[in-house]
Amino acid sequence: MSARFEPVAGRYLHVDMLGKPHRVYVEEAGAGIPLLCLHTAGADTRQFRAVLNDERILKDFRVIAFDLPWHGKSSPPPGWQLADYRLTSRDYLDIIMTMVDALELDRPVAMGCSIGGRIVLHLALEHPQRFRALIGLQAGAHVDPYYDLDWLHRPDVHGGEVCAGIVSGLIGPRSPDPERWETLWHYMQGGPGVFKGDLHFYTKDGDIRARVEEIDTGRCPLYLLSGEYDYSCTPDDTRDLARRIKGAQITIMDGLGHFPMSEDPARFLSYLIPVLDDIRARR
Amino acid sequence: MEQLARLVNEDARLVWRGRYVATTFLVEVGDVAWLITIDAGRIASVRRGPFVMPTWSFALRASREAWEQFWQADPPPGSHDLFALAKRRALRIEGDLHPFMSNLLYFKDVMAALRAREVRQ
Repeated sequence: MSARFEPVAGRYLHVDMLGKPHRVYVEEAGAGIPLLCLHTAGADTRQFRAVLNDERILKDFRVIAFDLPWHGKSSPPPGWQLADYRLTSRDYLDIIMTMVDALELDRPVAMGCSIGGRIVLHLALEHPQRFRALIGLQAGAHVDPYYDLDWLHRPDVHGGEVCAGIVSGLIGPRSPDPERWETLWHYMQGGPGVFKGDLHFYTKDGDIRARVEEIDTGRCPLYLLSGEYDYSCTPDDTRDLARRIKGAQITIMDGLGHFPMSEDPARFLSYLIPVLDDIRARR
Repeated sequence: MEQLARLVNEDARLVWRGRYVATTFLVEVGDVAWLITIDAGRIASVRRGPFVMPTWSFALRASREAWEQFWQADPPPGSHDLFALAKRRALRIEGDLHPFMSNLLYFKDVMAALRAREVRQ
Protein backbone atom coordinates (compact mmCIF):
# COMPACT_ATOMS: atom_id res chain seq x y z
CA MET A 1 0.00 0.00 0.00
CA SER A 2 1.41 3.37 -0.97
CA ALA A 3 -0.98 5.81 0.70
CA ARG A 4 0.58 9.15 1.52
CA PHE A 5 -0.38 12.68 2.45
CA GLU A 6 0.91 15.64 0.51
CA PRO A 7 2.62 18.45 2.46
CA VAL A 8 -0.33 20.72 1.52
CA ALA A 9 -2.76 21.79 4.26
CA GLY A 10 -6.15 23.32 3.45
CA ARG A 11 -8.25 25.46 5.81
CA TYR A 12 -11.22 27.81 5.66
CA LEU A 13 -10.74 31.46 6.54
CA HIS A 14 -13.69 33.57 7.67
CA VAL A 15 -13.15 37.17 6.65
CA ASP A 16 -15.23 40.18 5.65
CA MET A 17 -14.63 41.32 2.07
CA LEU A 18 -16.48 43.63 -0.28
CA GLY A 19 -18.90 44.45 2.55
CA LYS A 20 -19.98 40.87 3.18
CA PRO A 21 -18.87 37.90 5.28
CA HIS A 22 -16.92 35.34 3.26
CA ARG A 23 -15.68 31.81 3.84
CA VAL A 24 -12.50 31.39 1.81
CA TYR A 25 -10.61 28.18 1.18
CA VAL A 26 -6.83 28.53 1.60
CA GLU A 27 -4.09 25.99 0.95
CA GLU A 28 -0.47 26.29 1.95
CA ALA A 29 2.79 24.41 2.20
CA GLY A 30 6.44 25.18 2.90
CA ALA A 31 8.17 27.89 4.91
CA GLY A 32 10.01 31.10 4.09
CA ILE A 33 9.17 33.87 1.65
CA PRO A 34 5.38 33.97 1.14
CA LEU A 35 4.43 33.09 -2.44
CA LEU A 36 0.76 33.90 -3.06
CA CYS A 37 -0.70 32.05 -6.06
CA LEU A 38 -3.72 33.37 -8.00
CA HIS A 39 -5.66 30.95 -10.20
CA THR A 40 -7.19 31.56 -13.63
CA ALA A 41 -10.77 32.56 -14.44
CA GLY A 42 -13.35 29.89 -13.68
CA ALA A 43 -10.89 27.59 -11.91
CA ASP A 44 -9.38 27.20 -8.43
CA THR A 45 -6.24 26.53 -6.38
CA ARG A 46 -5.90 22.96 -7.62
CA GLN A 47 -4.10 24.47 -10.60
CA PHE A 48 -1.13 25.13 -8.30
CA ARG A 49 -0.90 21.58 -6.96
CA ALA A 50 2.60 21.04 -8.38
CA VAL A 51 3.97 24.30 -6.98
CA LEU A 52 2.48 23.41 -3.57
CA ASN A 53 4.22 20.02 -3.67
CA ASP A 54 7.66 20.85 -5.03
CA GLU A 55 10.35 20.38 -2.38
CA ARG A 56 12.76 22.66 -4.25
CA ILE A 57 10.26 25.50 -3.75
CA LEU A 58 8.93 24.57 -0.30
CA LYS A 59 12.36 24.74 1.36
CA ASP A 60 12.52 28.50 0.71
CA PHE A 61 8.93 29.60 0.11
CA ARG A 62 5.68 29.46 2.02
CA VAL A 63 3.36 28.76 -0.90
CA ILE A 64 -0.22 29.97 -0.36
CA ALA A 65 -3.15 29.68 -2.72
CA PHE A 66 -6.78 30.57 -2.11
CA ASP A 67 -9.94 29.99 -4.06
CA LEU A 68 -11.53 33.29 -5.05
CA PRO A 69 -15.05 33.72 -3.64
CA TRP A 70 -17.48 31.75 -5.87
CA HIS A 71 -14.65 29.40 -6.95
CA GLY A 72 -13.50 25.97 -5.83
CA LYS A 73 -14.32 25.43 -2.16
CA SER A 74 -14.86 29.11 -1.32
CA SER A 75 -18.53 29.97 -0.99
CA PRO A 76 -20.30 32.75 -2.79
CA PRO A 77 -21.48 35.40 -0.31
CA PRO A 78 -24.98 35.28 1.21
CA GLY A 79 -27.51 36.54 -1.33
CA TRP A 80 -25.50 35.39 -4.35
CA GLN A 81 -28.65 34.15 -6.02
CA LEU A 82 -30.00 37.69 -6.30
CA ALA A 83 -27.46 39.12 -8.78
CA ASP A 84 -25.06 38.17 -11.55
CA TYR A 85 -21.46 37.55 -10.54
CA ARG A 86 -19.13 40.03 -12.24
CA LEU A 87 -15.51 40.47 -11.19
CA THR A 88 -14.15 44.01 -11.35
CA SER A 89 -10.61 45.33 -11.00
CA ARG A 90 -11.49 47.10 -7.77
CA ASP A 91 -13.11 44.03 -6.18
CA TYR A 92 -10.28 41.74 -7.30
CA LEU A 93 -7.68 44.10 -5.79
CA ASP A 94 -9.71 44.37 -2.58
CA ILE A 95 -9.95 40.58 -2.29
CA ILE A 96 -6.20 40.10 -2.74
CA MET A 97 -5.18 42.87 -0.32
CA THR A 98 -7.73 41.63 2.25
CA MET A 99 -6.18 38.16 2.01
CA VAL A 100 -2.63 39.55 2.30
CA ASP A 101 -3.67 41.43 5.46
CA ALA A 102 -5.74 38.60 6.94
CA LEU A 103 -2.91 36.09 6.45
CA GLU A 104 -0.40 38.69 7.71
CA LEU A 105 1.86 38.21 4.71
CA ASP A 106 4.94 40.42 4.85
CA ARG A 107 5.82 41.55 1.32
CA PRO A 108 4.84 38.32 -0.40
CA VAL A 109 5.65 37.39 -3.95
CA ALA A 110 2.37 37.27 -5.89
CA MET A 111 2.11 34.96 -8.89
CA GLY A 112 -1.08 34.95 -10.94
CA CYS A 113 -2.14 33.32 -14.18
CA SER A 114 -4.47 34.76 -16.85
CA ILE A 115 -6.88 36.96 -14.87
CA GLY A 116 -4.32 36.46 -12.09
CA GLY A 117 -1.60 37.59 -14.49
CA ARG A 118 -3.64 40.67 -15.37
CA ILE A 119 -4.33 41.61 -11.74
CA VAL A 120 -0.61 41.30 -11.02
CA LEU A 121 -0.18 44.29 -13.37
CA HIS A 122 -2.80 46.18 -11.35
CA LEU A 123 -0.93 45.25 -8.15
CA ALA A 124 2.28 46.57 -9.73
CA LEU A 125 0.53 49.90 -10.27
CA GLU A 126 -1.49 50.18 -7.07
CA HIS A 127 0.49 48.37 -4.37
CA PRO A 128 4.13 47.86 -5.46
CA GLN A 129 5.42 48.54 -1.95
CA ARG A 130 3.41 45.62 -0.54
CA PHE A 131 5.10 42.95 -2.68
CA ARG A 132 8.63 41.58 -2.90
CA ALA A 133 8.13 40.62 -6.54
CA LEU A 134 5.30 39.96 -8.97
CA ILE A 135 5.05 37.11 -11.46
CA GLY A 136 2.53 37.34 -14.30
CA LEU A 137 1.79 34.07 -16.07
CA GLN A 138 -0.04 34.50 -19.38
CA ALA A 139 -0.26 38.18 -18.55
CA GLY A 140 -1.49 40.64 -21.16
CA ALA A 141 -2.84 44.15 -20.79
CA HIS A 142 -5.98 43.34 -22.78
CA VAL A 143 -7.58 40.56 -24.85
CA ASP A 144 -9.53 40.95 -28.09
CA PRO A 145 -12.87 39.13 -27.74
CA TYR A 146 -13.01 36.10 -30.02
CA TYR A 147 -16.22 34.40 -28.92
CA ASP A 148 -19.60 35.37 -27.47
CA LEU A 149 -19.39 35.08 -23.68
CA ASP A 150 -23.16 34.55 -23.40
CA TRP A 151 -22.64 30.90 -24.38
CA LEU A 152 -20.89 30.35 -21.04
CA HIS A 153 -24.02 30.83 -18.96
CA ARG A 154 -27.37 29.72 -20.29
CA PRO A 155 -29.58 26.90 -19.07
CA ASP A 156 -29.75 25.12 -22.43
CA VAL A 157 -25.98 24.63 -22.66
CA HIS A 158 -24.13 22.61 -20.03
CA GLY A 159 -21.85 25.12 -18.32
CA GLY A 160 -19.11 22.69 -17.37
CA GLU A 161 -18.94 21.16 -20.83
CA VAL A 162 -18.88 24.48 -22.67
CA CYS A 163 -16.32 26.07 -20.35
CA ALA A 164 -14.00 23.09 -20.84
CA GLY A 165 -14.66 23.22 -24.58
CA ILE A 166 -13.76 26.91 -24.71
CA VAL A 167 -10.44 26.46 -22.91
CA SER A 168 -9.38 23.04 -24.23
CA GLY A 169 -7.35 24.48 -27.09
CA LEU A 170 -5.54 26.86 -24.75
CA ILE A 171 -3.62 23.86 -23.42
CA GLY A 172 -0.41 23.08 -25.30
CA PRO A 173 -0.93 20.13 -27.70
CA ARG A 174 1.96 18.19 -26.19
CA SER A 175 0.87 18.56 -22.55
CA PRO A 176 0.44 15.16 -20.87
CA ASP A 177 -3.08 13.73 -21.04
CA PRO A 178 -3.65 13.29 -17.27
CA GLU A 179 -2.73 16.91 -16.57
CA ARG A 180 -4.65 18.19 -19.62
CA TRP A 181 -7.82 16.46 -18.53
CA GLU A 182 -7.45 17.42 -14.89
CA THR A 183 -7.11 21.05 -15.99
CA LEU A 184 -10.33 20.66 -18.00
CA TRP A 185 -12.03 18.98 -15.03
CA HIS A 186 -11.46 22.13 -12.97
CA TYR A 187 -13.34 24.07 -15.66
CA MET A 188 -16.10 21.48 -15.75
CA GLN A 189 -16.68 22.06 -12.03
CA GLY A 190 -17.15 25.82 -11.98
CA GLY A 191 -20.45 27.26 -10.80
CA PRO A 192 -22.94 28.67 -13.31
CA GLY A 193 -21.80 32.01 -14.69
CA VAL A 194 -18.58 32.16 -12.67
CA PHE A 195 -16.17 31.82 -15.61
CA LYS A 196 -18.22 34.38 -17.51
CA GLY A 197 -18.21 36.71 -14.50
CA ASP A 198 -14.42 36.50 -14.27
CA LEU A 199 -14.14 37.28 -17.97
CA HIS A 200 -15.93 40.57 -17.34
CA PHE A 201 -12.68 41.59 -15.65
CA TYR A 202 -10.49 39.93 -18.28
CA THR A 203 -12.21 41.30 -21.38
CA LYS A 204 -13.62 44.64 -20.22
CA ASP A 205 -13.13 46.07 -16.76
CA GLY A 206 -9.50 45.03 -16.30
CA ASP A 207 -8.17 46.52 -19.56
CA ILE A 208 -4.95 48.21 -18.44
CA ARG A 209 -3.37 49.14 -21.78
CA ALA A 210 -3.45 52.85 -21.04
CA ARG A 211 -1.48 52.53 -17.81
CA VAL A 212 1.15 49.80 -18.11
CA GLU A 213 3.94 52.28 -18.90
CA GLU A 214 3.47 53.67 -15.39
CA ILE A 215 4.61 50.39 -13.81
CA ASP A 216 7.90 50.97 -11.98
CA THR A 217 9.86 47.73 -11.74
CA GLY A 218 12.38 49.59 -9.58
CA ARG A 219 9.75 49.56 -6.82
CA CYS A 220 8.74 45.94 -7.39
CA PRO A 221 10.38 43.50 -9.83
CA LEU A 222 8.03 42.07 -12.46
CA TYR A 223 8.49 38.75 -14.24
CA LEU A 224 6.32 37.76 -17.22
CA LEU A 225 6.16 34.12 -18.33
CA SER A 226 3.94 33.02 -21.21
CA GLY A 227 3.35 29.76 -23.04
CA GLU A 228 3.81 29.64 -26.80
CA TYR A 229 0.46 27.95 -27.58
CA ASP A 230 -1.71 30.45 -25.70
CA TYR A 231 -3.98 32.28 -28.12
CA SER A 232 -5.84 34.14 -25.37
CA CYS A 233 -2.74 35.91 -24.09
CA THR A 234 -0.28 35.29 -26.92
CA PRO A 235 3.50 35.45 -26.67
CA ASP A 236 3.26 38.60 -28.79
CA ASP A 237 0.87 40.16 -26.25
CA THR A 238 3.42 39.46 -23.52
CA ARG A 239 6.32 40.72 -25.66
CA ASP A 240 4.37 43.91 -26.28
CA LEU A 241 3.81 44.29 -22.54
CA ALA A 242 7.51 43.72 -21.81
CA ARG A 243 8.46 46.37 -24.38
CA ARG A 244 6.23 48.88 -22.64
CA ILE A 245 7.28 48.12 -19.05
CA LYS A 246 10.88 49.09 -18.46
CA GLY A 247 12.75 46.40 -16.54
CA ALA A 248 10.15 43.61 -16.90
CA GLN A 249 11.77 40.19 -17.26
CA ILE A 250 10.15 38.05 -19.95
CA THR A 251 10.27 34.32 -20.63
CA ILE A 252 8.37 32.57 -23.44
CA MET A 253 7.78 28.97 -22.39
CA ASP A 254 8.12 26.41 -25.21
CA GLY A 255 5.34 23.86 -25.56
CA LEU A 256 3.09 25.39 -22.91
CA GLY A 257 -0.29 27.05 -23.23
CA HIS A 258 -2.54 29.15 -21.01
CA PHE A 259 -2.38 26.93 -17.89
CA PRO A 260 1.35 26.24 -17.52
CA MET A 261 1.26 25.31 -13.82
CA SER A 262 -1.41 22.64 -14.24
CA GLU A 263 -1.19 21.47 -17.87
CA ASP A 264 2.49 20.42 -17.75
CA PRO A 265 3.84 21.07 -14.25
CA ALA A 266 7.31 19.59 -14.78
CA ARG A 267 7.94 21.78 -17.82
CA PHE A 268 6.53 24.83 -16.04
CA LEU A 269 8.67 24.33 -12.93
CA SER A 270 11.78 24.24 -15.11
CA TYR A 271 10.92 27.84 -16.05
CA LEU A 272 9.62 28.98 -12.64
CA ILE A 273 12.43 27.81 -10.39
CA PRO A 274 15.12 30.06 -11.97
CA VAL A 275 12.71 32.99 -11.47
CA LEU A 276 12.22 32.11 -7.81
CA ASP A 277 16.01 31.72 -7.42
CA ASP A 278 16.41 35.20 -8.86
CA ILE A 279 13.82 36.61 -6.44
CA ARG A 280 15.54 34.94 -3.47
CA ALA A 281 18.89 36.39 -4.56
CA ARG A 282 17.42 39.91 -4.47
CA ARG A 283 16.72 39.79 -0.71
CA MET B 1 -12.78 15.06 -45.93
CA GLU B 2 -14.00 11.80 -47.51
CA GLN B 3 -12.25 10.00 -44.63
CA LEU B 4 -14.17 11.87 -41.94
CA ALA B 5 -17.01 9.37 -41.48
CA ARG B 6 -14.66 6.44 -40.99
CA LEU B 7 -12.29 8.36 -38.67
CA VAL B 8 -15.11 9.57 -36.42
CA ASN B 9 -17.33 6.49 -36.48
CA GLU B 10 -14.51 4.13 -35.51
CA ASP B 11 -13.81 6.22 -32.38
CA ALA B 12 -16.41 4.83 -29.98
CA ARG B 13 -15.72 7.38 -27.24
CA LEU B 14 -16.03 10.30 -29.64
CA VAL B 15 -19.34 8.93 -30.96
CA TRP B 16 -20.51 8.57 -27.37
CA ARG B 17 -19.59 12.17 -26.61
CA GLY B 18 -21.76 13.28 -29.51
CA ARG B 19 -24.64 10.92 -28.72
CA TYR B 20 -27.18 13.78 -28.57
CA VAL B 21 -25.98 15.49 -31.77
CA ALA B 22 -28.29 15.36 -34.77
CA THR B 23 -27.55 18.10 -37.26
CA THR B 24 -26.07 19.03 -40.63
CA PHE B 25 -23.26 21.56 -40.69
CA LEU B 26 -21.29 23.24 -43.45
CA VAL B 27 -17.53 23.26 -43.78
CA GLU B 28 -15.87 25.49 -46.35
CA VAL B 29 -12.31 24.65 -47.28
CA GLY B 30 -11.46 27.60 -49.46
CA ASP B 31 -14.03 27.55 -52.27
CA VAL B 32 -15.01 23.90 -51.73
CA ALA B 33 -18.08 23.36 -49.55
CA TRP B 34 -18.99 20.22 -47.64
CA LEU B 35 -22.19 19.28 -45.84
CA ILE B 36 -21.67 16.90 -42.94
CA THR B 37 -24.68 15.18 -41.41
CA ILE B 38 -24.45 13.72 -37.93
CA ASP B 39 -26.92 11.36 -36.31
CA ALA B 40 -26.44 10.32 -32.66
CA GLY B 41 -22.76 11.22 -32.82
CA ARG B 42 -22.07 9.16 -35.96
CA ILE B 43 -21.25 10.80 -39.27
CA ALA B 44 -24.16 9.74 -41.46
CA SER B 45 -22.97 11.45 -44.64
CA VAL B 46 -20.30 13.75 -46.06
CA ARG B 47 -21.36 15.51 -49.26
CA ARG B 48 -19.24 17.72 -51.48
CA GLY B 49 -20.67 20.89 -53.03
CA PRO B 50 -21.58 22.91 -54.91
CA PHE B 51 -25.10 22.80 -53.50
CA VAL B 52 -28.43 24.24 -54.56
CA MET B 53 -30.28 25.66 -51.55
CA PRO B 54 -28.33 23.78 -48.86
CA THR B 55 -29.77 23.58 -45.34
CA TRP B 56 -27.39 23.56 -42.41
CA SER B 57 -27.30 24.67 -38.77
CA PHE B 58 -23.84 26.20 -38.51
CA ALA B 59 -20.87 26.82 -40.78
CA LEU B 60 -17.10 26.63 -40.30
CA ARG B 61 -15.36 28.65 -43.02
CA ALA B 62 -11.62 28.99 -43.55
CA SER B 63 -9.12 29.11 -46.36
CA ARG B 64 -7.54 25.89 -47.63
CA GLU B 65 -4.20 27.04 -46.18
CA ALA B 66 -5.74 27.60 -42.72
CA TRP B 67 -7.32 24.12 -42.69
CA GLU B 68 -4.10 22.50 -43.94
CA GLN B 69 -2.20 24.10 -41.05
CA PHE B 70 -4.90 22.91 -38.63
CA TRP B 71 -4.79 19.36 -40.03
CA GLN B 72 -1.02 18.95 -39.66
CA ALA B 73 0.02 16.19 -37.27
CA ASP B 74 1.75 18.76 -35.08
CA PRO B 75 0.06 22.08 -35.89
CA PRO B 76 1.89 25.29 -35.06
CA PRO B 77 0.66 27.69 -32.35
CA GLY B 78 -2.35 29.60 -33.64
CA SER B 79 -3.46 26.69 -35.82
CA HIS B 80 -3.80 23.95 -33.19
CA ASP B 81 -7.47 24.53 -32.29
CA LEU B 82 -10.64 25.86 -33.94
CA PHE B 83 -10.69 28.75 -31.48
CA ALA B 84 -7.02 29.47 -32.13
CA LEU B 85 -7.99 29.94 -35.79
CA ALA B 86 -11.03 32.00 -34.80
CA LYS B 87 -8.94 34.27 -32.57
CA ARG B 88 -6.70 35.03 -35.58
CA ARG B 89 -9.85 35.58 -37.67
CA ALA B 90 -8.68 32.70 -39.90
CA LEU B 91 -11.91 30.75 -39.20
CA ARG B 92 -15.45 32.07 -39.28
CA ILE B 93 -17.97 30.26 -37.04
CA GLU B 94 -21.48 31.27 -38.11
CA GLY B 95 -25.14 30.31 -38.09
CA ASP B 96 -27.21 28.59 -35.41
CA LEU B 97 -24.37 27.85 -33.03
CA HIS B 98 -26.37 25.98 -30.40
CA PRO B 99 -25.48 22.47 -31.65
CA PHE B 100 -21.83 23.53 -31.97
CA MET B 101 -21.45 25.29 -28.62
CA SER B 102 -23.41 22.73 -26.61
CA ASN B 103 -21.15 19.97 -27.99
CA LEU B 104 -17.95 21.94 -28.35
CA LEU B 105 -15.45 19.29 -27.24
CA TYR B 106 -17.13 16.84 -29.64
CA PHE B 107 -16.99 19.14 -32.68
CA LYS B 108 -13.40 20.16 -31.96
CA ASP B 109 -12.40 16.51 -32.00
CA VAL B 110 -14.50 15.75 -35.09
CA MET B 111 -12.63 18.41 -37.06
CA ALA B 112 -9.29 17.33 -35.55
CA ALA B 113 -10.00 13.71 -36.59
CA LEU B 114 -8.68 14.64 -40.05
CA ARG B 115 -5.25 15.44 -38.61
CA ALA B 116 -2.36 13.55 -40.17
CA ARG B 117 -1.82 10.42 -38.17
CA GLU B 118 1.90 10.55 -37.44
CA VAL B 119 2.44 9.91 -33.75
CA ARG B 120 2.95 13.22 -31.98
CA GLN B 121 5.78 13.18 -29.45
